[in-house]
Amino acid sequence: MESPRRLDDALRALAFAPGALVIAGGTDAMVEVNAGSRRDQLARGEVIAIDRVSELRRFRHDPSSASVLLGAGLTYTELMDEPLASLLPALAEASRTVGSPQIRNAGTIGGNLATCSPAGDALPVLSALDAVVHLADASGVRSLPVGEFMTGVKTTALASGELITGIELPVLGGWQGYAKVGVRNAMVIAIASACLATDVSTRSVRIALGSVAPTVIRCPDAEQFAAEHVDWDSTSVEPDVAARIGSIAAGAALPIDDHRSTAAYRRRAVEVLVGRLVRRGFAGG
Amino acid sequence: MAEHFELHVNGVARDVHDAWSGESLLYVLRERLHLTGTKGACEEGECGSCSVLVDDVLVCSCLVLAGSSTGRAITTIEGMSADGEPTDVQRAFVAAGAVQCGFCTPGLVMAAHALLAADPDAGEHEIREALSGNVCRCTGYGRILDAVATVARARSGASATAAEDSPGRE
Repeated sequence: MESPRRLDDALRALAFAPGALVIAGGTDAMVEVNAGSRRDQLARGEVIAIDRVSELRRFRHDPSSASVLLGAGLTYTELMDEPLASLLPALAEASRTVGSPQIRNAGTIGGNLATCSPAGDALPVLSALDAVVHLADASGVRSLPVGEFMTGVKTTALASGELITGIELPVLGGWQGYAKVGVRNAMVIAIASACLATDVSTRSVRIALGSVAPTVIRCPDAEQFAAEHVDWDSTSVEPDVAARIGSIAAGAALPIDDHRSTAAYRRRAVEVLVGRLVRRGFAGG
Repeated sequence: MAEHFELHVNGVARDVHDAWSGESLLYVLRERLHLTGTKGACEEGECGSCSVLVDDVLVCSCLVLAGSSTGRAITTIEGMSADGEPTDVQRAFVAAGAVQCGFCTPGLVMAAHALLAADPDAGEHEIREALSGNVCRCTGYGRILDAVATVARARSGASATAAEDSPGRE
């Protein structure tokens, strides 16, 4: 097992064993290990623990470009702390809904992306904010829009030998928030989730949905309708407009029936969640 | 692949020999170091019964790869009181009747200590949030919440008194 302290050491170890089990917070990977998966990698000792790679545990706020580069190894607990909570409020709000204190203390934003569950709580926020995913391997770096990085249910564009190193997000001027539905408040996997982010300078609205399609999806029709029908001068919205935005967003969802819920319930949940986020975001004043 | 490493558990260096690469910290604590106060149940981070502190951060030991924990300070329920006397949280659990079968108790005590170390005068909302990752099948949680609230009141009262008594304070 390797436990590198520096990113280039981690990338070298991964180049040597491109199929290695990469483990950051362990909140997804160890569930698989405990269930008896990953035996081949473990039998060969091909495990790279990246939780101590210092470059992955930092963030950089660049006020001149109004952006934040988050290290992939930041935990949800760290995303809930200042100054990140004020710079990226929807991400902090989504982080607060993840699991329990134990899970938030260990689970990382990079791990959420690498697992790419349709229900990943950070992912609607990254989608709504048009995040750029920074990747590296031993030979170089590249970056991808998050919508291209997420390719399907638990599949991504991450290549063999590559690590997620960071996530670049804009610092927007305007309200943003996250909401999800589950069977209780704590320790719950989203039945449906939504992020709404507004950008006052461009008078634009971004809406992304989780748990209602193979990957997180955006709702361009609802976004455009919202941008044209909210009152930007008073930051308010008529109740029927908020409801309409919710129903247009629900039309974009592609939900399924599964052990957690039904497609019909998920579609209705999206309508309610998005309508609620619109009313919160455009509450006047 | 067999691994050999050293863990720092409750202030003591412990050698682990011939571990398998995928062993969780929970497994090593219980089966190799025989520290059975930490309980194992769901092994997927849902129940909180395996909660320990790693470098003072509350985590589920079932989700920690044991071999990646070298050089970190691991604290289990056995390490919470140096002299073997129950901690204030443990005494409050007993006094409030917050223990029934007892299986969840070590994890809950660890979660309560983690909360109160960071926030000694935690209110009901903070207590509920801090214990939300620990499942109890017996008590219905009421007496557990009461026990932690009692400790929070005692600790915040004590710290307020200490602040008033501190020299140089107007």
